Amino acid sequence: MADTSEATIERYPFSDPDRLNLDPRYALLRRDEPLIRVRLPYGEPAWLATRHADVRTVLGDARFSRAAAVGRDEPRNSPRQIQGGILTMDPPDHTRLRRLVARAFTARRVEELRPRTRQVADELVDGLLAAGPPADLVAHLATPLPIRVICDLLGVPVADQDKFHTWSEAIVSTTALSVEQAQRYIDNLFAYMGGLIAQRRQEPTDDLIGAMVRARDADDRLSEEEVVQLAAGLLAAGHETTVTQIPNFVYVLLNHPDEWARLRADRSLVPHAVEELMRFVPLGVTAAFARYAKEDVEIGGVLVHAGEPVLVSIPSANRDETVFPDADRLDLGREINPHLGFGHGVHHCVGAQLARMELQVVLDVLLDRAPGLRLAVPEAELPWKSGLLVRGLTAMPVAW
Amino acid sequence: MNAEEKTTGSGWRLHVDPTRCIGSGICAGTAPGHFTLVEGLSRPLAERVTPAQEVIDAADSCPMEAIVVSDVESRRQIAPGA
Repeated sequence: MADTSEATIERYPFSDPDRLNLDPRYALLRRDEPLIRVRLPYGEPAWLATRHADVRTVLGDARFSRAAAVGRDEPRNSPRQIQGGILTMDPPDHTRLRRLVARAFTARRVEELRPRTRQVADELVDGLLAAGPPADLVAHLATPLPIRVICDLLGVPVADQDKFHTWSEAIVSTTALSVEQAQRYIDNLFAYMGGLIAQRRQEPTDDLIGAMVRARDADDRLSEEEVVQLAAGLLAAGHETTVTQIPNFVYVLLNHPDEWARLRADRSLVPHAVEELMRFVPLGVTAAFARYAKEDVEIGGVLVHAGEPVLVSIPSANRDETVFPDADRLDLGREINPHLGFGHGVHHCVGAQLARMELQVVLDVLLDRAPGLRLAVPEAELPWKSGLLVRGLTAMPVAW
Repeated sequence: MNAEEKTTGSGWRLHVDPTRCIGSGICAGTAPGHFTLVEGLSRPLAERVTPAQEVIDAADSCPMEAIVVSDVESRRQIAPGA
């Protein structure tokens, strides 16, 4: 085992995000030095794991804790430190809260939402096609579709989307918003959700917020604040990530015309394509939500001591050549694809099945309605987001 | 209903459908004493278990509903719930 006392500490992330390109450093680390010491812009230094097997262990093994982050100067990308909420809980507390909503997001329940999602997607594509060419895929399809789906599911008025979409950005902001602004947005989001919850006490509803309110009132182990935070988190996370991934997926496909043609020729590949794109797109710019070792654990040949935080690079794990042959190649027909794009372990994305369905619907609707889709501007002119936890486009002018 | 109220006394049976399992690792994290990942897919550590809330939680948390908990004697499904 390596001697950790002399380990040098590197700044992380290694570089500023360059579109959807992954820093070549990760491939070298996976090969030579799978666990290194890093320092994020704020908080204490941490370990960083880059191999698939190690990342899965850190995220999935009960010897690692998120609850132990409470009270620590957590490694993070913005000065603001959010404490509390489901992402700073371990089982059984985490389970108690997650159970409230997990049943609404099973593959079976999500499948029931597919026809309605396709109908909304068709209406939105009508608008896209009427507006151009060229027209902005982000504004016409990628943003409104996930918002309408999560609003229907939770029972949030779509008419309020301008408000909560703005506030939700605080959840994924690193430097895009000032600390004060980010805090104000989060306070607004919580207050807004608190209002919807209070309404349901007066007038019960069948939507997910209504179900959460009933469960909370029947189980006094759940605090009002926990329910508000969970509902607000579902609303924000429930659309920010999918809104970002839709243009990322389309961007990658348009940059791989052979694979796009393959998908057009064989529509049965759509579910595989979504998995492969989840693997291939390095959505995260940096690492967050360090896991704290509860006891000494050996990871990647290094002894991590009890109490030390470990970060993981999911984009790196998803390019691990020992798991994904020819890992840097996009292969929409990849058969074995245990990517970690939705995370792993108890904090595995609760909305993963919903996101999958939405992403499949988007590919299907574009293949049906705009099979000749192409960028309407040179690639170099595409505007990329900055100061956020995720990579993505602010606009994507397309023609067809 | 809590774990004690659901049993007939002869214990529970755990089954993971490998064709449904996506290896999310949620069950192994929720109930590490009952589930483990083998080559990326979940497997119960023991098929017959003493009733425990933790296994209901694991079955109810599985997004694929790949885990079924049933009563050994009556064969009644205990989790996941509807």
